[in-house]
Amino acid sequence: MSLLQIVLRSLRQHLLSTVITAFSIALASGLLMSVWVVKDQARENFTGVDSGFDGVFGARGSKLQLVLNSIFHLEASPGNLTWEQYELIAKDRRVATAVPIAVGDNYRGYRLVGVTANLFEVEYRDGKKYGVRDGYLFNPERKQAVVGSFAAERLRLRVGSTFHPYHGLIFDENKQHAETYVVSGIMEPSNTPADRVIWIPIAGLQNMEGHKAETATDVSAVLVKLRGSSSGMMMNQEFNLQGNVMTFAWPIADTMSKLFNKIAPVEMVLRAVALLVALVAAGSILASIYNSMNERRREIAILRALGARRSTIFAVVVLEASGIAALGAAAGFAVYFFIMSVAAWLIRQETGIVLSPLELEPVMLWAPLTMLVLGALAGVVPAAKAYRTDVAQNLNPIS
Amino acid sequence: MLLNIDNLRKSYGTPDGAVQAVVDVPSFSLESGQQTALCGTSGTGKTTFLNLIAGILQPDDGCIELDGCLISQANEAARDRLRARTIGYIFQTFNLLQGYSCIENVLLGMRFGPGADRRRAGELLERVGLGQRLDHLPRQLSTGQQQRVAVARALANRPKLVLADEPTGNLDPASAAESLGLIRETCRENGAALLLVSHDREVLGQFDNVRDLAEINRAAAWPSAREGLP
Repeated sequence: MSLLQIVLRSLRQHLLSTVITAFSIALASGLLMSVWVVKDQARENFTGVDSGFDGVFGARGSKLQLVLNSIFHLEASPGNLTWEQYELIAKDRRVATAVPIAVGDNYRGYRLVGVTANLFEVEYRDGKKYGVRDGYLFNPERKQAVVGSFAAERLRLRVGSTFHPYHGLIFDENKQHAETYVVSGIMEPSNTPADRVIWIPIAGLQNMEGHKAETATDVSAVLVKLRGSSSGMMMNQEFNLQGNVMTFAWPIADTMSKLFNKIAPVEMVLRAVALLVALVAAGSILASIYNSMNERRREIAILRALGARRSTIFAVVVLEASGIAALGAAAGFAVYFFIMSVAAWLIRQETGIVLSPLELEPVMLWAPLTMLVLGALAGVVPAAKAYRTDVAQNLNPIS
Repeated sequence: MLLNIDNLRKSYGTPDGAVQAVVDVPSFSLESGQQTALCGTSGTGKTTFLNLIAGILQPDDGCIELDGCLISQANEAARDRLRARTIGYIFQTFNLLQGYSCIENVLLGMRFGPGADRRRAGELLERVGLGQRLDHLPRQLSTGQQQRVAVARALANRPKLVLADEPTGNLDPASAAESLGLIRETCRENGAALLLVSHDREVLGQFDNVRDLAEINRAAAWPSAREGLP
């Protein structure tokens, strides 16, 4: 019988405690991986998404709110710009493309965003433009809508479906508009927040029944693509530092990075909690094996009487602890996929950001290894107890 | 000479702080292949004596030489090695590992010696009449059958000396006689010397060479040593 067989047999003999302890390790390992992956991928995605634009113009106010509202379709708009201001921006020689958007309505919680058709000519990622999978792009003159793939799936909208928009960004069934919109197309999935949006002609949103007539030409924000990076610096100086009419959020990634930097302490707390859970799980290995040592003293004494060395007994116990940790770490991937599936679904539902649970991340290597090392270390204490077992005293009876 | 003991002493501390001698053997020896029974009642230090010979306990004083090796002077690892390779130990309570089958118990005995040999383990169990129960767990066997597994395990590494501590103490008279015969026979077949301790007159009567532990162990003659100290 090899040492490994002895270890496996011992684990089988204490099956219930092995399973329970391995489960606690699995939870810890899964949680550790999930926290790290959600944190890293969320940061990467939120700071990486710019929808193909360099900056956003909006009413004077918070840059973060402006970016969240116009790029991520979260939060309320900080205010409006006039159509004349949009035209001024669009005509600026430093601006290559300017896309005005207007927000303020929803359909069952999914935002309606009024936009001009040139949004669909912008590359939101290298070589990728928003495309229509089924149907065709809306006609700016008609009450037509192109629905993001995720929103279409959740709302069960198809080409030809009709719907009545609701006023406001939060769904309230008492605030239905009289207009009827027809779905002209369903967008290709882009794995960006655009998937959660119902895109309609900007004039449609501006002129929706019940909206104030005096703001009928206003826009919520203007997304811009610039000619050269120096343009951004110049415009930042002009609009943010010297001007006081508009806010220019540029570069978009920087604005989001600042958000993540602000919530860095929360991330640290989450990491610390995950690490503490890992330590507690390692402690459960220690407690479980240590508690079994009393009932196993005779078994250890028999092995010693058969010629097993103290070091062999020590190794058996440490390997046993490592075995439990290894089982737990392996099962931790199942826990990870479960947590990540739920987290990815929730994050996509709420923000449109798509996390990739299957993407390989460094934490998937170091978290299981950490659990293995912690497990082995946790085994040292009971192993030391086993090491010190008095053979003669535990080989009963003595006469 | 296979086993030679000279001025062997072992004492334990008592709860009131005194030191109590349990083994005090001026001289004892055993030839290769010799079968000797030691007669002793409870508390005469017979288990301690066997544990000293097996290297499980370290003597306070004196010398134990087994097969040319000074056990009493060897370090623990060397004693472990010697115990695994040279000594077979049969316990009164058999000390089988309950989570292991018959053959695994025998293989475990081999694991720490020259190495596991499944064929030999099977042959030994066949020899003791358990050829059909190789994969049974100890709890699935009768007491007598468990004793036979212990015998097979003790002989697994072709030991030069088999120590048997009250091996029939837990058996009924018929099983005890059968088991004793088996132990003696298999030791003879394997060329192993046998040192058996018992207080059962039936058992002792089977041996030509019977020694009274009270005569060998001076500490056993002291009344206090008979009153429960190991």
